[in-house]
Amino acid sequence: MVDFHGWNMPINYGSQLSEHEQVRNSCGIFDVSHMTILDFKGKDAKEFLRKLLANDINSLNEYFDGLYSALLNESGGILDDLIAYKLESGYRLVVNCATRESDISWIASQVGDMDVSFSERTDLSMIAIQGPNALKVLSRCFSTETSNELMKKRPFEGLMEDGTLVTTTGYTGEKGVEVMIDNEKANSLWQKAIQSGASPVGLAARDTLRLEAGMNLYGFEMDENISPLECNMAWTVSLKDKERNFIGKDSFELKKKTGDYHLLKGLLFEDRCIVRSNQEIFFDEQKTKKGIVTSGTYSPTLKKSIALARIAPSDRETCLAEVRDKIFTAAIGQPRFIKEGKIVF
Amino acid sequence: MKDIPENYKFLSSHEWAKLEEDGIVTVGISDYAQDQLGDIVFVELPELDSEVNQGDEAAVVESVKAASEVYSPMSGKIVDLNSSLEDSPEIVNSSAYEEGWFFKIEVTDSSEFENLLTPEEYSEQCED
Repeated sequence: MVDFHGWNMPINYGSQLSEHEQVRNSCGIFDVSHMTILDFKGKDAKEFLRKLLANDINSLNEYFDGLYSALLNESGGILDDLIAYKLESGYRLVVNCATRESDISWIASQVGDMDVSFSERTDLSMIAIQGPNALKVLSRCFSTETSNELMKKRPFEGLMEDGTLVTTTGYTGEKGVEVMIDNEKANSLWQKAIQSGASPVGLAARDTLRLEAGMNLYGFEMDENISPLECNMAWTVSLKDKERNFIGKDSFELKKKTGDYHLLKGLLFEDRCIVRSNQEIFFDEQKTKKGIVTSGTYSPTLKKSIALARIAPSDRETCLAEVRDKIFTAAIGQPRFIKEGKIVF
Repeated sequence: MKDIPENYKFLSSHEWAKLEEDGIVTVGISDYAQDQLGDIVFVELPELDSEVNQGDEAAVVESVKAASEVYSPMSGKIVDLNSSLEDSPEIVNSSAYEEGWFFKIEVTDSSEFENLLTPEEYSEQCED
């Protein structure tokens, strides 16, 4: 167990590799109650979030649909990444635990005279159930009606059952759901899911799963000095409605226009060596710095070393990294390795 | 933690040495070390026939969590490698004191064995 920003969390329950494989081949269950849940209401809630978020919540058509977005500062740097949901009562943002305090004070400072208020839902726990067998597990945890409805959902959709929000989102690259549920009911759901074939998964496997899936981790791929352009998040910045002025828009557009920025890429190493975050990337043996590794790990699915790295734009297919005085070559590709159990790199 | 075999000796940096009957020393990492590292994914072995001094970096063991140098507990020539660790490094997790050995040394000075920590001294260190 480890202290994770004030939460007592398991790094692993047993072997982190087995936990990883369990999610890729069957079904894993994660206690992600450390995530911060903020509910917004008020006449101006929608208008406020259209200003606050780089993605446009106007694209949330149905209740309980979700939208991935960055929270930008005025300079276009990322304060956090989050998922916004449309509720009957307003909107919900699920933000990171590490950025909880800074997010809350930033959001509060942006309200001004708008009719919007938000509150933290500490009464809710959050559980993720992920893997190819996730829906089978869910059919034993929820009513037939609910699980049939979940079968039909595409990614980033959801439903509410008896105050429990179930959404087809996750951080593993597999099919599955995230459940926001009353603290009192959470333990019973956890037990039921485990009896139905889900295995508990800790923080360590959560990291290797998200890295294989090419999903960003705040503080690694992104921070307040990194633009969405530099961490494969430009697609989440919505410029469709030209009238919409969101925080960081001018800086984002300016940077996009100049084209002067590094890009997030996926790296695959053939040698036995993990290239970890903050290690430098070179293009040749002269060792001129051309980028930096944001996250690196051993991929249990590929059985090779992989990394995400922010590197200078080029048409090169390989790059170099130095570990323990040895130079290792990596293939450069898109920042995603596995999707629903299949290799996509 | 598993019981430490009695005829093994240790470096404080968690390597074990076992003096075989023919004057050869087998080297590995302790069960405590493998447990601290977690799932081991890569092992880099020394070159066969290379010479090492006591305390020299001789191998590298890498888990998903961290990489760690493996120091040689004795001086001498590397005469055998456990090459099965290259394809199945998880053997170190499952059998740190037996099948998960790293390399064997033909020692130049067997008195060095006496400088190493006894199982009792080593386990006391791990408890601190």
